[in-house]
Amino acid sequence: MTIDSIINGIVIDHISAGKSMEIYRVLELSKLDCQIAIIKNATSKKAGHKDIIKIDSLFDINLDVLGYIDPGITVNFVRDGKLVEKRHLTLPETVTDVIKCKNPRCITSVEQELPHVFHLIDREKGIYRCIYCEHKPKAEA
Amino acid sequence: MKDLISITDLSIEELQELIDKAEDIIQNPNNYWDKCKRKKLATLFFEPSTRTRLSFEAAMLELGGNVIGFSEASSSSASKGESVADTAQTISCYADIIAMRHPKEGAPLVAAKAASIPVINAGDGGHNHPTQTLTDMLTIYLEKGRLNNLKIGFCGDLKFGRTVHSLIAAMSRYEGNSFVLISPEELRVPGYIKKDVLEANGLPYKETENWDDMPELDILYMTRVQRERFFNEADYLRLRDVFILTMDKLANAKEDLCIMHPLPRVNEIERAVDNDRRACYFKQVRNGKYIRMALILKLLGIE
Repeated sequence: MTIDSIINGIVIDHISAGKSMEIYRVLELSKLDCQIAIIKNATSKKAGHKDIIKIDSLFDINLDVLGYIDPGITVNFVRDGKLVEKRHLTLPETVTDVIKCKNPRCITSVEQELPHVFHLIDREKGIYRCIYCEHKPKAEA
Repeated sequence: MKDLISITDLSIEELQELIDKAEDIIQNPNNYWDKCKRKKLATLFFEPSTRTRLSFEAAMLELGGNVIGFSEASSSSASKGESVADTAQTISCYADIIAMRHPKEGAPLVAAKAASIPVINAGDGGHNHPTQTLTDMLTIYLEKGRLNNLKIGFCGDLKFGRTVHSLIAAMSRYEGNSFVLISPEELRVPGYIKKDVLEANGLPYKETENWDDMPELDILYMTRVQRERFFNEADYLRLRDVFILTMDKLANAKEDLCIMHPLPRVNEIERAVDNDRRACYFKQVRNGKYIRMALILKLLGIE
């Protein structure tokens, strides 16, 4: 399978196998007009299988969201056909408007315009808590 | 430190500084009567709480300051749909410091981010109530002369009781403390308090449904089983009367046991206990005013 090399764009590499569509959705890549290649289940020396997304545009990518969804990801920035920056993502200290606080007693449940901010409290276990009510995101609770 | 939102905002040194200041206020009240002259405290109470509001107001008045505010959401612009952030920004133009109570968790943090003046969390739903914890800690310090090496019993509603959760977290920071958690199974301390606070700090604790540990306790912290925390009236009525402190139960307690309660009490402490010198809950109320005076001074940067 051959996919053209990128001249000016972003390659999101080392995505956990199967997570590429979630990332496509969260980064709202459907709104971009450029070429996008999603490679699922590519062979990986480290993980066995991985997903890769190639985006033929140097758009303003939200690395915090990516780091939260899949902290093992590598993001490569390509300019004029050359790799200019490689970012190994880790869990971000805070994520804003990525996770919604589901606690009905939280102030965010009644004040719609407030940003939903979660703070990393345990990097090892990847635990976040809402900065307002300290609840964990529903999936981890 | 600009605001006090959670008890964990305070370092151990800052806590001790507040306790020392409160002790000095108790000993030398005349030195403080005009410390806050021409300063205004705004008490923004979006849900009623006579005790906490009056304690804040009494504290400010004893410092020579003035008080403005409201005591329920219906008499504020919140009833017109104003956001907490806008209210806080507006009040910043009128007052020097805010004490806020709100039914929603995190509302005082929202206010603190928006306000240009200090904000004190006077209780946000079932979440934090740091000035109650400060009150409890001052009481323990005044009664026992220390905050470490104490065996502390908590009894009653340990599931929903935020004062219990905050005090456990605060006392976990001192060496040698251990905890006895006396409650019916339905009202036990939530798992995250046990895991993230007690077990994370390697502190000994015991969960029990009886009073067998009474002879070893240095502190006994009683709590009310609150009607408003229950969805079901039958559950409330069944659990309310389970753990009531009586003189009989105190028969084998230490002579210098300190019995505390955040008040108001319903029936969880028998009236006869009030006359026992180990009953400290009304002293606790008075201490609440002194520690709030110390806190107002600290946040306003007044020595």
